[in-house]
Amino acid sequence: MIYLQLYISFFQIGLFSFGGGYAAIPLIQEQVVTMNHWLSMQAFADVVTISQMTPGPIAINAATFVGIQMGGTLGAVIATIGCVTPSVVISLFLAYVYYKYKNLSIVKGIMGGLRPAVVALITAAGISLTILAFFGQKSLTITNLDLIAVLLFMSGFFILRKWKINPLLIMVAAGIIGGVLYSVVP
Amino acid sequence: MKFYWKLFKSTFFLSAFTFGGGFVIVPLIRKKFVEQYKWIEEKEMLDLTAIAQSSPGAIAVNAAVLVGYKLAGISGALITLIGTVLPPLLILSVISVAYASFRDNLLVQAVLRGMQAGVAAVIMDVVYVLIRDLVKEKKVISILLFLFSFVAVYFLKINTIYIILLSGVMGCLLFTDRKEDGVKK
Repeated sequence: MIYLQLYISFFQIGLFSFGGGYAAIPLIQEQVVTMNHWLSMQAFADVVTISQMTPGPIAINAATFVGIQMGGTLGAVIATIGCVTPSVVISLFLAYVYYKYKNLSIVKGIMGGLRPAVVALITAAGISLTILAFFGQKSLTITNLDLIAVLLFMSGFFILRKWKINPLLIMVAAGIIGGVLYSVVP
Repeated sequence: MKFYWKLFKSTFFLSAFTFGGGFVIVPLIRKKFVEQYKWIEEKEMLDLTAIAQSSPGAIAVNAAVLVGYKLAGISGALITLIGTVLPPLLILSVISVAYASFRDNLLVQAVLRGMQAGVAAVIMDVVYVLIRDLVKEKKVISILLFLFSFVAVYFLKINTIYIILLSGVMGCLLFTDRKEDGVKK
């Protein structure tokens, strides 16, 4: 029964991938390539590449990709549901506990310690992403600096600081302008 | 009903434009729900982010579910869950049919590169506001916790789950005001 197998495999991926993002890649590889032989290693590498280029978490992308190959649209939906079941249940449980006890001084204390850490995580992600946008996968030298990306970044940042504008507009505009500029300038 | 639609629409579009996954969606959610709609307070959003980070699975999914739950209970969580999962599900379904040609298409690559710079700008704008607010509080311990966590995750590449655990313990030890509970009782 392929649907049940898909559900169980992606349920495990969802349950054991803490920290998200790249932490999930080895787990997906183990389930999809090594244990179940649903994808070849080359096809798996392609899924990872595509995930970098498309929106959404890599585990969801892999679930859809594998699910559709093995069991059509229904397979994709079932694999995706399997992938999100553990995180949804555990997140909701933690949220319930948080809202019930958030006025206790100990919970306030813990949250007071977590907030600066979360700001640090967001900062680190932001810097990594900015460097990736400026230099791609290349080394950080001035000759590798992507001037178009710097220009798009600076104008986007300036507009956001100056006016309250929908951030999605900035992304779409950067995509369109970038699409034109990168196609014209080799 | 209108509120649910707005909730669905917001998470759907946020998810549709969140490239690279991981932590990228968190500042975007914050920008939309804290700054633009003012549905969630700044501190509460950071708490929900910490919870999203502590649960297994994709952070984007966890954060969306938590925001939905906060705003409209279980039904809200279901709506934001569907809104977040649907874009990658639809896009990957289409791509899985013709993925080789998509991967090698030059125009697609150009648009994605431009978009990446735009996303970086949005996130650095959020980073700017978060750090400014943290410094404004003028709590030395908070700023130190921020610096240590940043070095740990960015330079030492320590798994984020350990950073979350350790800073939670530190907060519990340093910030818990035991008198407060006594006064309330």
